[in-house]
Amino acid sequence: MNFPILSSLILLPTIGALFLLFSKDKNSNTGKYVALFTSFVNFLISIYLWYLFDPSTSTFQFVENREWLKGFVNYKVGIDGISILFIILTTLITPLCIISVNNTIKVRLRDFLIAILVMESLMIGVFCSLDLVVFYLFFEAGLIPMFLIIGIWGGERRVYSAFKFFLYTLLGSVLMLVAIISIYWIAGTTDIVQLYESGLDTKYQNLLWLAFFSSFAVKTPMWPVHTWLPDAHVEAPTAGSVLLAAILLKMAGYGFIRFSLGLFPIASELFTPLVYSLSLIAIIYASLVALMQEDMKKLIAYSSVAHMGFVTLGIFTITQQGIEGSIIQMISHGLVSAALFLCVGVVYDRMHSRLIKTYGGLVSVMPKYSILFMLFTLAALGLPGTSGFIGEFLILMGAFKVNFLVAAIASFGVIFGAAYMLWLYRRVVFGKLINKDLLKIPDLDNSEKFILWSLAVPVLFFGFYPEPLINTIEVSVNDLIEMYNFNLNMYGPEVLSNE
Amino acid sequence: MNNLNFISPEIFISLSIMFLLILGVFKKNSPSLIHNLSIGLLLITGILILNNPFDSTVTLFGKSYVIDNLSSLMKILTILGGAFVLLISTKYLKISKIFLMEYPILILCSILGMMVMISSNDLMVFYIGLELQSLALYVLASFNRDQLKSSESGLKYFVLSALSSGLLLYGCSLIYGFSGSTNFDIIGNSMNSTHYGLTFGIVFILVGLAFKISAVPFHMWAPDVYEGSPTSVTLFFAIVPKIAALTVFIRFLYVPFFNMIDQWQPIIIFLSIASMIFGAVAAIGQSNLKRLVAYSSIGHIGYILAGLSVATNEGIQSSVVYISIYIVMNLGLFSCLFMMKRNNQYFETIDDLSGLSKNHPVLSLSLLVILFSLAGIPPLAGFFAKFYVFKSVIEQSMYFLAIVGLLSTVIAAFYYLRIIKVIYFDEAREKYDTDHSVWLRISLTFSTLLILFYFIFPSKLVEIISRINII
Repeated sequence: MNFPILSSLILLPTIGALFLLFSKDKNSNTGKYVALFTSFVNFLISIYLWYLFDPSTSTFQFVENREWLKGFVNYKVGIDGISILFIILTTLITPLCIISVNNTIKVRLRDFLIAILVMESLMIGVFCSLDLVVFYLFFEAGLIPMFLIIGIWGGERRVYSAFKFFLYTLLGSVLMLVAIISIYWIAGTTDIVQLYESGLDTKYQNLLWLAFFSSFAVKTPMWPVHTWLPDAHVEAPTAGSVLLAAILLKMAGYGFIRFSLGLFPIASELFTPLVYSLSLIAIIYASLVALMQEDMKKLIAYSSVAHMGFVTLGIFTITQQGIEGSIIQMISHGLVSAALFLCVGVVYDRMHSRLIKTYGGLVSVMPKYSILFMLFTLAALGLPGTSGFIGEFLILMGAFKVNFLVAAIASFGVIFGAAYMLWLYRRVVFGKLINKDLLKIPDLDNSEKFILWSLAVPVLFFGFYPEPLINTIEVSVNDLIEMYNFNLNMYGPEVLSNE
Repeated sequence: MNNLNFISPEIFISLSIMFLLILGVFKKNSPSLIHNLSIGLLLITGILILNNPFDSTVTLFGKSYVIDNLSSLMKILTILGGAFVLLISTKYLKISKIFLMEYPILILCSILGMMVMISSNDLMVFYIGLELQSLALYVLASFNRDQLKSSESGLKYFVLSALSSGLLLYGCSLIYGFSGSTNFDIIGNSMNSTHYGLTFGIVFILVGLAFKISAVPFHMWAPDVYEGSPTSVTLFFAIVPKIAALTVFIRFLYVPFFNMIDQWQPIIIFLSIASMIFGAVAAIGQSNLKRLVAYSSIGHIGYILAGLSVATNEGIQSSVVYISIYIVMNLGLFSCLFMMKRNNQYFETIDDLSGLSKNHPVLSLSLLVILFSLAGIPPLAGFFAKFYVFKSVIEQSMYFLAIVGLLSTVIAAFYYLRIIKVIYFDEAREKYDTDHSVWLRISLTFSTLLILFYFIFPSKLVEIISRINII
């Protein structure tokens, strides 16, 4: 396969964005169709990629290697079982975001579409880069369009939120840059494949791990650096929240698997208790905070923090079940949280309020909406038969294998999750219809139905039949764990016993 | 006589200055002739520099004048910077009623001074070049003499700069006293580093040079002078003299005093860290764009010095890469400033940018790119500039410097973001004029595209600059 399929995946949305940039009309629908077309083609390509993908090996496939910074960094992209699912998630969510702009974005539609498309390019780039510098480039560049999306099209406190988002993430990331450059000088390369083979000197691993952790922890977000997330989610326009929740947060989880575990196994082993405690705090604390929220978007934002707590917990169990569960949980959370934000967006467009108390009794005016909202609520709390269950179940299974106490505490998170999600649903959809304005609002229109169903189908499908997902990731995860344990046994014992 | 070929650019530019002066006397009422002619002559000078052989080091006049890759490259940068300043400021000068024939001639004079500085391999030659460029700069700063602020800035610059020149000269005399020569090579060979006198000399000279590039704590003049001078002169201040001063820094530190690295390295690191932090923090409170550029250039000087402090060829090269990209970014930024004009009046506060994106989408997009690049966000050129500097810093395990530097980019990002916020998130104001000159448009487009698409061919610039090998 000589055709650079990954590069075309990365470039295509940007080309679409350039088209839009040079188009004359600023608010008409043509721009939307162009954007939709490019992102949909991208989706098809990524599905085709999944079809071509060979799940029986963990070596990187579709690798492209071009000279870039001469003698120093190569532009290297490629995918394995871990990254391909995230790419498909990205290409699936983006067209849905573009369809959803119909009702939400009233001004400067063209600029918004450009930002979304550029964002898509960068996010795909993050998931397929096989060089630390290239990864950093994509990882950081995503800040620019997201800053604009929150800042230009956001709500009342958009400036504060946009700044907070940008500066928090940048602060976390600069340390990662120091670490990346250090790795270059220590190991002589920033190529991930070579680094996997050669391994890194144990004495540097702890500091490097912490530097990477500072970046990923902010992005995940882990307690106590999660505070940017509720602000950013609440103020971002619906499509922005969707991108943020569904994909941006996954970059960090992906980074943990690919870099923290892959490059610094000994440090990962050492810091596992830290990650466990932060994850548990995130799960319990964010769930409790979510219970008290009066703003729907904020509630879902805190539920994201809790769900990502499960993800980090699962990753650092370093068991087959835990990591697979984390990946599936990330995919599932990508679908479900996107759908939930879209659900909030649907009623927000009609009532211009995100407060829970505005609503109540929606079931009698919007029956179709209520059904879909229920489906996603149940998926968010991990009901068997939805993709959320598979992820949480596997993560808890992995956790029980490693540490009973941790798993037991984390299980409480599942109960809290059920509590806040069901309570939210009850207050919004059931109960007496008190607010008379609600009587006038229409049920889902066609485009909204289309978006929500296209998210509901995979949620249910993978809930009942997770085989395709597990098949895709199994070998890669297995080999990752083997490599991890190998490195640990080879260099680890004396280092760990010294600590 | 053969030697004179090598300094033909300097000879040519001196003759041009005299010719232009004489022509100016006769054609007093046609400043645009002098203006355009001087641009042409500058470009010819640039071509003459290209004529010099590459990859060979030539020393002239008893080794007091050196022509090598570093000098040729920096001279070309200087000349390009100067030519662009002249090209894009025509309209500004006309509207500010300072479109006089002296203006381009003064710029040529200071460029000549810089060229001498860049090639100097001797303390005396270096000092002569420095004074020539400084004298021209004093006059340029107060060029809009009917304005109080401009005169004030000229005077302020003159007083403080004279002080620093005095310190510098004192340092030169100390070094001469303790080493017996003013020639860089001879000083380097005969050096006996046990003398504290030499260390004092180095410190005094570093103070003088730090003043010229406005590194903290010798930056006090920069904000006032940048704000008070006419905008075109501010642009000149922001980019061109820094190239020359940086070259002298490189040559002075690495040719005669490379062996005394343990004496000067802490000083450079201190200057670097102080500039990075101060530039980032002090810029936050500014409301005037020119003042803000002053603080931001202080911050950028910090990064350039960080590259200088590592004492490797890669470090020097990274500094040169940084300043090249910095020049392009500042050209773009000032092109935008020149475009903020309404009814023959220029605007220069941040609030005047309010809601620019609604009325001038292209201009604001360029500004967006330039500002994010100045903040060092990938994949723009500014990121690569910082990347190379920190790459060489970390190679020498100077982690403290790297971490402080990168953390101060986060602080600095805040004030760049604030400008972007004003442009993109705030309410629109009246439209600005759009009758910009062609050159202004070209320089803005050119710099924006260069910044935006630098990441496609990031190695080209580095390849050229990697021919500089001083150590």
